[in-house]
Amino acid sequence: MTAADTLTAVSPAASSPDRIALEVSGISKRFHVGPRRVPALQNVSFRVRQGVVTGLVGPDAAGKTTLMRLAAGLLVPDAGRISVLGMDATTQSLDVQGAIGYMPQRFGLYEDLTVQENLDLYADLQGVPEASRAARYAELMHMAGLERFTRRLAGKLSGGMKQKLGLACALVRQPSLLLLDEPTVGVDPLSRRELWDIVYRLVSEQGTSVLLSTAYLDEAERCNEVVLLHEGKLLDQGDPAGLCETMRGRSYEISSAGIDKRALQSRVAQTPGVIDALILGERVRAVTRDQTPPVISGAEVTAAEPRFEDCFVALLKQKTGDAQIARTAERPLSTDTDRSRTVIEVSNLQRRFGNFYAVNNISFAVRQGEVFGLLGANGAGKSTTFRMLCGLLPPSGGTLRVAGADLRHAAATARERIGYMSQKFSLYGNLSVAENLRFFGSVYGLSGKRGAERIAWALEEFELTGIAGFTSGELSLGYKQRLALACSLMHRPEILFLDEPTSGVDPLARREFWSRINSLAAQGVTVMVTTHFMEEAEYCDRIAIMAAGEILTMGTPGSIKQQARTEQQPDPTMEDAFVELILAHEKQVAA
Amino acid sequence: MSRDTHAGSSRMRLRGLIRKEFLQIMRDPSSIAIAFLMPVFLLLLFGYGVSLDSEHVPVALVVEQPGVDAAEFAAAFHQSRYFETAVYPSTKDAEQAMMAGRVNAIVVLRQDFAQQLRRKDGAPIQLIVNGVDANTARIVSGYVQGAWGKWLEHYALQRGLQLEVPVQMEQRVWFNSELRSRNFLVPGLVAIIMTLIGALLTAMVMAREWERGTMEALLVTPLSMSEVIIGKLVPYFILGMGGLVLAVGMALFLFEVPLRGSLWVLFAASALFLVTALGMGLLISTVARSQFVAGMVALIATFLPAFLLSGFIFDIGSMPGVVQAITHLIAARYYVAILQTVFLAGNVWSVILPNVLGLVILASVFLGVTWRKSRKRLE
Repeated sequence: MTAADTLTAVSPAASSPDRIALEVSGISKRFHVGPRRVPALQNVSFRVRQGVVTGLVGPDAAGKTTLMRLAAGLLVPDAGRISVLGMDATTQSLDVQGAIGYMPQRFGLYEDLTVQENLDLYADLQGVPEASRAARYAELMHMAGLERFTRRLAGKLSGGMKQKLGLACALVRQPSLLLLDEPTVGVDPLSRRELWDIVYRLVSEQGTSVLLSTAYLDEAERCNEVVLLHEGKLLDQGDPAGLCETMRGRSYEISSAGIDKRALQSRVAQTPGVIDALILGERVRAVTRDQTPPVISGAEVTAAEPRFEDCFVALLKQKTGDAQIARTAERPLSTDTDRSRTVIEVSNLQRRFGNFYAVNNISFAVRQGEVFGLLGANGAGKSTTFRMLCGLLPPSGGTLRVAGADLRHAAATARERIGYMSQKFSLYGNLSVAENLRFFGSVYGLSGKRGAERIAWALEEFELTGIAGFTSGELSLGYKQRLALACSLMHRPEILFLDEPTSGVDPLARREFWSRINSLAAQGVTVMVTTHFMEEAEYCDRIAIMAAGEILTMGTPGSIKQQARTEQQPDPTMEDAFVELILAHEKQVAA
Repeated sequence: MSRDTHAGSSRMRLRGLIRKEFLQIMRDPSSIAIAFLMPVFLLLLFGYGVSLDSEHVPVALVVEQPGVDAAEFAAAFHQSRYFETAVYPSTKDAEQAMMAGRVNAIVVLRQDFAQQLRRKDGAPIQLIVNGVDANTARIVSGYVQGAWGKWLEHYALQRGLQLEVPVQMEQRVWFNSELRSRNFLVPGLVAIIMTLIGALLTAMVMAREWERGTMEALLVTPLSMSEVIIGKLVPYFILGMGGLVLAVGMALFLFEVPLRGSLWVLFAASALFLVTALGMGLLISTVARSQFVAGMVALIATFLPAFLLSGFIFDIGSMPGVVQAITHLIAARYYVAILQTVFLAGNVWSVILPNVLGLVILASVFLGVTWRKSRKRLE
């Protein structure tokens, strides 16, 4: 096959779905972490059919990226073999690399080169003949919607545009198999949809086979087939609809006019036979062990359409044994909580970097004991807003009061009353769990008896006693998250700021985390959270949707979804609502 | 896809890589700074600012008993361009001046200066030197002895006496007859500049590719590892030779350092050294995959040795044996020897050839190890 041949589109008939594009047999791979060897993949086998989209689905540290790199010949397996388009990925890696398209995480773009220069580079590297380039470039740029931006530096593109340029570079010489490693991380839902449209067009028009990894469970439903990975092991494989079908009769929605949603959730979680309970807007969604509806007094239980996440959670429960899902969220509400008192007040807040407005004129107020979410893609201004609220970054304009203190003048006073947990968890990886707790306690002036009391409290409350001596860098992501939350609560803050707290952790750890947050809110702690998980927004009392530094809308999750309701879309999801808002905003900007 | 098509478009892939590298160099201010601003800054600093010559050394002169002879000697001292003399009434005052750092040496003419002068075994002057900076101390004591000897000669001649000196030393300085330190510092600096561009810059830009995840994207294309290496070698070789032209131009025309050997020997030896430096940079990048680590390793493993152990400033011959042995592992050592020879002495093949051989061996070791260590894998 010559380079010119690969450019001509493979007709869909030539790649019947029964043929295998990628075969993984008995793959194991370990990595050296200090003196230890940590398994990344353990005896994983599956097949990817030609001409369909296969999703490699699992939380962080499931082994998705390792598998992608093995398939691209970038890593050598310890055991097993991977065959790509009939070639061995290890011994014939150069041939494999000549036949596949691969987009790594962060898209593999040179940010100091322009869009055109990036394309030229990858066309040179992939050996695309000069004669056919102009036509190919035009086609790719049209597909990516980047025709007008070919002379812009890649670093100056938005996240969604980078993602599409990365895809265009991976496609510059028509590949027979396309490997996409977490292509939708951190981009807005609209760009995510556009990417999926492009992928499906490639499959239907050119018969390309696609293997795509993702940590978003809702994306699994968009794949023709899914391979489920968890902690380096294969959980299951099949078509998502079929997997969902096994859950039929086990998914329910429960609502009650009289009971608070958090109390209701905790009651549902403790009902026998229920393996999962989750707040969804004003209702609670439950998954049961078998096809018997749960019985909850004073509440209305209706059967719900099974979702992919139900299936994933049920599979994980089977693996891990039925550990208690939600800890008791029910606690006496603290008596001195005044739920009408405003504790965070932001008006006309602005933050400029040069002539770029990262945050532009936003206003909102949060009451005590409320869980308030900021929802938006990377670059929407969520983290900048957070840093200003925590007194880490001075605003360029507007006012903000946190816990009664004006942050422009009394940042230190306010900081004593807030807790902050950052995206990266900010733990000292080479200190033990107990040492981290002691350090964060001492930072807030907790020493002696009071310090020891709080450490004992944190170890018990967060079930860390058994691992108090472990080096925190070696903990699993879920435990790290738990420890980070414990550290941010050492000084009993009134307000808790959580910056992308659950990104990458598995659904079980995410549920556990939220049950803790709910119980804190019930005790009167005000919680502000940023997230780009659409679904996570449902757990909040109120959310504000941000894009390009502005708040597009604000309200309860239910009322925001309500705004997007049309005849075609009687029951819109949060993502539908988000996409509608962004489209409307873009139209407004263009006008 | 067959092997032929890999080979067939190898030129296209290299062209793509090299063009990309030049675009990045042009858009990255730090590359430009290391390749062009740093050389100019270092040359100006060493050319104008740093001088290892000792002139106008502050010296305290203590004359305990004024007299004709003493006044004559003091006058001779005053006239010397090497000294800046200040007369102190007593040794105690002079010692205080030395403590305060106002003078570097004390010359004492004792009370019996005149009598001692007329005796055969007389030791009529006393010299006290501040030995904190041993190098300067040695130079100053040499200067004072020279000045004393000259004056004695002059003194004897004037009085028609026969001075009893068994052997007369006639001093001639070769190669750098004016004893300008600039003349050997500036050629040595060329080695430092080439090390910066070849090793530091190259190691950092490779690490940047790992850090930003672009290396992963490169490795999944049909590039071979040798193409990746050549794609880095060529642009930074050209950049390094550009830095060389700049440095040599400044040396010859701004600092008027003589070039007694031929230009082509200079450039050929420089090209060889640059390949060695690039080899070091690439070798570092096989282990250091963050810019911070790559920068630190390159500074410690290449830049500092080039500064301290190459003979650029500190004479290798006067180092302890162990350290002298270590200098044989430093590529800059061979290059500095060639540079100083070609600039100041000429095409002295008996010096140039052994040093060229040293560079060839080191270059093949570095590139060979890099070649073996770099596989098209991520681990």
